[in-house]
Amino acid sequence: MLDKVIKQKLVVIGNGMAGIRTVEALLERAPDLYDITVFGSEPYGNYNRILLSPVLAGEKTVDDIMLNTVDWYEDNNITLRKGETISMIDRRTCEVVTDAGDRVPYDRLLIATGSNPIMLPLPGKELPGVIGFRDIYDVDRMIKASTDYRNAVVIGGGLLGLEAANGLMKRGMNVTVVHLLDTLMERQLDPVAGGLLRKSLEERGMVFKMPAQTQAILGEDRVTGVRFGDGTELPADLVVMAVGIRPNFELAKKAGLYCERGIVVSDTMQTYDGRIYAVGECVQHRRQTYGLVAPLFDQAKVCANHLAMKGFATYDGSVTSTKLKVTGIDLFSAGDFAPGPDKEEIVLQDANRGVYKRIILKDKKIVGAVLYGDTIDGPWYFQHLRDGTDVSHMRERLVFGAANLGEGGVSGQNSVAAMSDETEICGCNGVCKGAIVKAISEKKLFTLDDVRAHTKASSSCGSCTGLVEQVLAFTLGGDYSAAPKVKPLCKCTDHSHDDVRRVIVEQQLKTIPAVMRFMEWKTLNGCHSCRPALNYYLLATWPGEYRDDQQSRFINERVHANIQKDGTYSVVPRMWGGVTTPSELRAIADVAEKFNIPTVKVTGGQRIDLLGVKKEDLPAVWADLNDAGMVSGHAYAKGLRTVKTCVGSEWCRFGTQDSTGLGVKLEKFMWGSWTPAKVKLGVSGCPRNCAEATCKDVGVVCVDSGYEIHFAGAAGLHIKGTEFLTKVETEDECLEVIVALTQLYREEGWYLERMYKWCDRVGLEQIRKRVVDDITNRKALFGRFAYSQQFAQTDPWAERASRGVDRNEFAPLAELELA
Amino acid sequence: MTSWIEIGALDDIPRLGSRVVRTPGGNIAVFRTESDEVFALDDRCPHKGGPLSQGIVHNKRVTCPLHNFVIELASGQAVAPDEGCTHTHPAKVENGVVWLSVRQAAAVS
Ligand code: FES
Repeated sequence: MLDKVIKQKLVVIGNGMAGIRTVEALLERAPDLYDITVFGSEPYGNYNRILLSPVLAGEKTVDDIMLNTVDWYEDNNITLRKGETISMIDRRTCEVVTDAGDRVPYDRLLIATGSNPIMLPLPGKELPGVIGFRDIYDVDRMIKASTDYRNAVVIGGGLLGLEAANGLMKRGMNVTVVHLLDTLMERQLDPVAGGLLRKSLEERGMVFKMPAQTQAILGEDRVTGVRFGDGTELPADLVVMAVGIRPNFELAKKAGLYCERGIVVSDTMQTYDGRIYAVGECVQHRRQTYGLVAPLFDQAKVCANHLAMKGFATYDGSVTSTKLKVTGIDLFSAGDFAPGPDKEEIVLQDANRGVYKRIILKDKKIVGAVLYGDTIDGPWYFQHLRDGTDVSHMRERLVFGAANLGEGGVSGQNSVAAMSDETEICGCNGVCKGAIVKAISEKKLFTLDDVRAHTKASSSCGSCTGLVEQVLAFTLGGDYSAAPKVKPLCKCTDHSHDDVRRVIVEQQLKTIPAVMRFMEWKTLNGCHSCRPALNYYLLATWPGEYRDDQQSRFINERVHANIQKDGTYSVVPRMWGGVTTPSELRAIADVAEKFNIPTVKVTGGQRIDLLGVKKEDLPAVWADLNDAGMVSGHAYAKGLRTVKTCVGSEWCRFGTQDSTGLGVKLEKFMWGSWTPAKVKLGVSGCPRNCAEATCKDVGVVCVDSGYEIHFAGAAGLHIKGTEFLTKVETEDECLEVIVALTQLYREEGWYLERMYKWCDRVGLEQIRKRVVDDITNRKALFGRFAYSQQFAQTDPWAERASRGVDRNEFAPLAELELA
Repeated sequence: MTSWIEIGALDDIPRLGSRVVRTPGGNIAVFRTESDEVFALDDRCPHKGGPLSQGIVHNKRVTCPLHNFVIELASGQAVAPDEGCTHTHPAKVENGVVWLSVRQAAAVS
């Protein structure tokens, strides 16, 4: 018998971000599957290549940008052979050969050889003082040159060229940028934005020569100048060629692997030889090559998934965004913005403020965005772009950004670059910009999730997410790995909410363990994010059949009260439609006194909140409230909360319908239902809208001729007016539409996704079609809601107060008197 | 010397749940995992004192209900990147009965 399992051998060629990110992802998924050897020709560990520009500009040091030190390789039992170059892959024997002739066998091979700077074939290109801009070595040479010489010429007015020029200028050199075309960064910018950029760089002292073609590099022992197509010459002691990069696939090609502009890989990141994988800048996937970091992270994940023999992930390309890493210049570009016949553009230009925004739409969706001067909404546009959101309903305000649509966080802030370190970014957790920047650079964070975990910023209400992404982009210099297009439900799985919901139905999965087993959850019992989500999905899918798992409920829903910061609870009885009676009020007053409840407060939802109740008192408090005829207000629930009403035609001289009565009816029909996130209703008796119905999840505005139904509003973290859904003539119809709408949301919403977010995601028209236009479908939805209400409408307080449900929850297990 | 105190039946604690034991030094949360292991910790999150007994239990960890710190039940350590540690107490199950040994440090509050 073998006493040790012989592991497979994985050899990685290339010690850069793509290769190592793949290895990291692999170790997360299958830590013991392989013996891993990494070859890297640079004499360093793995460092963050996108941060070379700040190093050149003197804003960071080489140590700041190291991602994996030599210790990391040791700690993970990885053999790092740095400074060794692979000269050949022998596919017949499955070995790689080093330039010293050493042969190393592999079972799986990962090629991550990256790219090389393109060196123009100009006369004089070999002269000392002519360099590319690609690695630490190049940066060192540039820094050295800046102390010894004065004049630099940078060939290439793209992202890399401008960053190199900026860095050299910061180091005191006179810099001229030579560009072939008349627009800077023409791959990312349109002429207007390019012009604005040029102007502000000129103001900082950068000189441009464009359009201009370089003809020769002059000099004998060292570069002394540059000559152009028009015969003019410029003196130069340093020439940086930054005209682009070329995937480095020589090695793969020599080994007979199929290559075009890069190593051609499939959606599983495999080359034409199934044992050989490739990721990063050296690959070509669906005709596309990538030179940015976000796609390479996506690829690394997929590749690791297959190397770990999980075998289900596929890579289907990335949409990328760019940000220029020049301190003080805000520039963002994403997607496709070349004009076209089927494209529409929305442009905002404010020369005095130095702001330019151009949003490109196609088929009601954002396909590209160029922002200059005010880039705060970059990530927000980018998110919609990747999600393919139908933006027609917000089109007229789109160009003004998220803040103007009520989705912004801190108002009035539109440039993180301009913020001081003390500016508070996350109001919930009191995290300021400086702290986030520090965490990102010190702890080498790349993703929003990383930042959330380390700083707690954006981890509570999430309204500052856009700002945090901005800080991330600003610190990392743009191209960070944003949240993936298809978001996994949580860290315990790679599956999305939609996948999980679909599979629960298809496979008839009826318990949380069954779902986790079938969908190969990565953790034993999931976590605090996925368990409540799964519990809800099962409950919504199998009403009457699924047994609610109390241990998978957040505490508030488990004990039917809201936990407060000192561990006490608050209790809110239902007040149907905001209507109460003297005897109810008396009972509430009695309870407050009897149990010494410190605070009694009127809520925004027209009810009364009793705050500071001790947990063990809860059942007795409920018993007294029950006795007076009151039930749980579900103020703690991802479910129906309040129905706010104004008095309507019964009393109000303007009232057109009985809004209070309708509100009560709605509440009585819908209470007790669980929904993906909280649901608040409002019913106003006339268009004066005293119940503020048009910022609720669902709002009714009564008019003389009937009832207008609105939905998808919000007035919390985000402020958003509702969308008009339809108008109906009778109360019954009104109830039917609202119930059907809620049921559709229950069936399709992602856990914790508010109704307005759901509407944003699936589109207003889609929803209207199914709950308004298609009457058969509406009735079916209504029927399913009504069916599930049979099982949902039991007062949880009564169950616990008098029927002893969950008795253990409220009493201590034991009381000890220690000596 | 450890002195063990009987605190109740294992079945009185829900699987993947917790119950509280009152002591003069403050509450102690007793957790039961899916595989019926028990762990006892002070019922105070190292972050801002949240009642850990009210959190969601997963594997051998609990998530604090107030701000989602995740605490290792065995060591009381917050899972990185969060930092902090909650005091633990020895606990064991014998024949369906849960025993606890209160470590004095708990009394210092
Ligand atoms: S008190 Fe536990 S996470 Fe804040």
